Amino acid sequence: MENEKLTNKAAESNEENYSLNDDRRVKVLSPGALVAKRFFRNRLAVMGLIMLAAMFLFSFLGGLLMPYGQAEQFYTYTSMKKEYVGVTRNEDLRYAVADDQEFGMILQAQFMLAYGKGVDTFSYKDVDYTITQEGEDLYSIGTADGTLLAIAYKDIVNTADGMPDPSFTVKFEALKAFTNGKSSFTADGAEYTLDAEGNILSGGTEIGYISRFVVAPKENGVVITRDFKERLEEALATDDPEFVYTGPDGEENTYYISYDGGTKVWSVKQETRTYVYDKYGRPSKAHPLGTDNNGMDMLVRLMYGGRVSLLIGFIVVFIETFLGVIMGGISGYFGGWVDNLIMRLVDIFYCIPSMPIIIILGATMDNMQVDPQIRMLYLMLILGFLGWAGIARLVRGQILSLREQEFMTATEACGISVSRRIFRHLIPNVIPQLIVTCTMSLGSTIITEATLSFLGIGVKFPFASWGNIISDVNNSFVMTNYWFIWIPAGICLMIAVLGFNFVGDGLRDAFDPKMKR
Amino acid sequence: MRTYIVKRILISIVILFFVTLIIYTLMRCLPGSYVETMAMQLATAPGSKPYEEWIAQLNAAYGLDLPIMQGYFQWLGEFLRGNFGDSWKFTVPVITQFKKVIGVSFIMGAISLVLELVIAIPLGIIAATKQYSKTDYAISAAALAGISLPTFFFATLLKLIFAVKLGWFDTHGLVGRNFAQLTTSGQILDMAHHLVLPIVTLTVISVGSLMRYTRTNMLEVLNADYIRTARAKGVSEHKVIYQHAFRNTLIPLVTIVGGSLPGLFSGALITETIFSIPGIGFTSYQAMTAGDIPFTMFYLTFIAILTLAGNLLSDILYGVVDPRVRLA
Repeated sequence: MENEKLTNKAAESNEENYSLNDDRRVKVLSPGALVAKRFFRNRLAVMGLIMLAAMFLFSFLGGLLMPYGQAEQFYTYTSMKKEYVGVTRNEDLRYAVADDQEFGMILQAQFMLAYGKGVDTFSYKDVDYTITQEGEDLYSIGTADGTLLAIAYKDIVNTADGMPDPSFTVKFEALKAFTNGKSSFTADGAEYTLDAEGNILSGGTEIGYISRFVVAPKENGVVITRDFKERLEEALATDDPEFVYTGPDGEENTYYISYDGGTKVWSVKQETRTYVYDKYGRPSKAHPLGTDNNGMDMLVRLMYGGRVSLLIGFIVVFIETFLGVIMGGISGYFGGWVDNLIMRLVDIFYCIPSMPIIIILGATMDNMQVDPQIRMLYLMLILGFLGWAGIARLVRGQILSLREQEFMTATEACGISVSRRIFRHLIPNVIPQLIVTCTMSLGSTIITEATLSFLGIGVKFPFASWGNIISDVNNSFVMTNYWFIWIPAGICLMIAVLGFNFVGDGLRDAFDPKMKR
Repeated sequence: MRTYIVKRILISIVILFFVTLIIYTLMRCLPGSYVETMAMQLATAPGSKPYEEWIAQLNAAYGLDLPIMQGYFQWLGEFLRGNFGDSWKFTVPVITQFKKVIGVSFIMGAISLVLELVIAIPLGIIAATKQYSKTDYAISAAALAGISLPTFFFATLLKLIFAVKLGWFDTHGLVGRNFAQLTTSGQILDMAHHLVLPIVTLTVISVGSLMRYTRTNMLEVLNADYIRTARAKGVSEHKVIYQHAFRNTLIPLVTIVGGSLPGLFSGALITETIFSIPGIGFTSYQAMTAGDIPFTMFYLTFIAILTLAGNLLSDILYGVVDPRVRLA
């Protein structure tokens, strides 16, 4: 407080001390300060400056502050119903051939004929065969002299996990016992018991089980345990659409059963929790703008995309300006045939349709599968090389008019060297116009780059740019359902371009001495 | 005047020669072309000739076996005789395909140009007459926002809001599903309905620059001495603006609008592609990405001619409208 008052007083006293015609009474502003003053009076321009500053901070600082990398992928658990097994009830006769006997395809067919007709004998090649029904859906086939050839059955004898395949006799006896509802049988001189669930026990150990259902895994490497089968059959018997089963490794899964009447198959789907990329994750605390197609954080992609977009803009405009100033400067200063030649070149470049050319080159780079990083470089070079004509024309025009002005005659009269005349007196007078044009063309370059990336021929994955983030909308599902993927990128793009245009516009007004404000 | 026009046309022809030469060379030099892709496909067929033989045969069939300069002059000769070749991508003569698609593009361009004029000129004049007022700021900001809007983003937003959420329009295409069953007037209405969003996009994107141009020129005119004189002698403000100032603002406007007339035929590549409107822009985009040299050459030459014609037209108009300007 005290200090402020003092300085105020000092200022007042200073002013009073000057004589009336003292130059110091007039506030003198340098041309630069005048321009700045005019610029900061323009509200739109200041707004543009703020917008640009915000976008730069967002892109360049934001990327550093965020804990994630631009290509860091995030994962999530998702529950998925996967086809697990298919279950069919066996309705076909299957055959088991007795040891050291033959029962080939032809005999099987002959048996089927006889079975279909309901007769119990058939003959083939002068040999007679007899069919004996041993139980429900269990038949034995023998020759007339009583040798047992084979059995035909529908209930299936499965081997228990880790047990050797039961012999033919065991199989036959087991089936006979099962179909006739007996609880024990003897085969090969050994005693076996059958429990209600169809398990075949040999002195307490389970060697196999009988079941009408065939359970086939849908995927390779899936082992169906007996335990699971039992649980499944139980569910099938009670018509439960879903059941929970805890596997041997303690993993609890839910299974869904659906029956397809056409193929007579129960398909069992296992609900599993899988660890996948967090694809199109909704905005959350960890990811304020959600995640994209590859499970990458959108906000971070947006920041890095901003870097790419802004950098490409700057580099392209730099190339354009560099070429333009040199060509325009030479053309304007030297005039004559040089001017004529360069101006015709400018005409040609003006006339080349740049967007189609870039699209063609982009499609070619697609074909050649150019590395994304090198591609970005090419893109900048192409854009810069196609865009210098406008700046060259501007610089030439300015220099032509400046060259005729008195101050240039004065520099010549003073004997100032040519290079000094060009760089100290000519170029500085072109710079205001140049700055305005560059600022405006920064905006349009960013739009061009974004458009190309949107069409898929600009900046490519893994690099992000605002354009290629938006290109996700080519998938109409993304467009309609995941606004958080593309709308923020579009808004960023707009803010940056609008910022450049506001600032460029403000600069134009500020540099214009005719503007009264 | 006549000598000026003749001179300009002659220069234009020279420019056109070099532009087409550059484009032709570029198209020929690019690897991964249409022919190579085709040869690659053919060579993978079982029992087929090797790739090298296919490519030699195809190059001969498509006239690509000539050296670039010779090939260019052959193309040029055919072009001058009005033979534009057959499109590879669309497998019809280039000119047939062109005639089929140019109409839609022209209609779109023409309607949006009219809309632009109707919106931009009055708003530009209002902004200039009320310089630095709230209205001026609002109009300037809106104009710059229009310029800053990326076409593809704006088009997608329109699609999301009006086609998906509100369901007023279709998202893609020029005709609806039941187009064939409609009467002639119904078909026209159907097409018009499908063109609403593309035309809105085109108008909003390009209205800004015309608005700003009007404003800048009007401001310049309003600062002129004769306006001060008119005010000083007591002419009403309305008359000053709409009779004295507006007429003089029209000079640059007429030239710029006249210069943009040929551009009506060049199509809107991005907008047409996004809305899948089968106009010249979308068609040429397909041709370009497929490496269809005849169609692309024709289209690019066409665009180059339109650009030159636009420049020439605007320069001539400048001389015609403004008696102070002498063309030499």
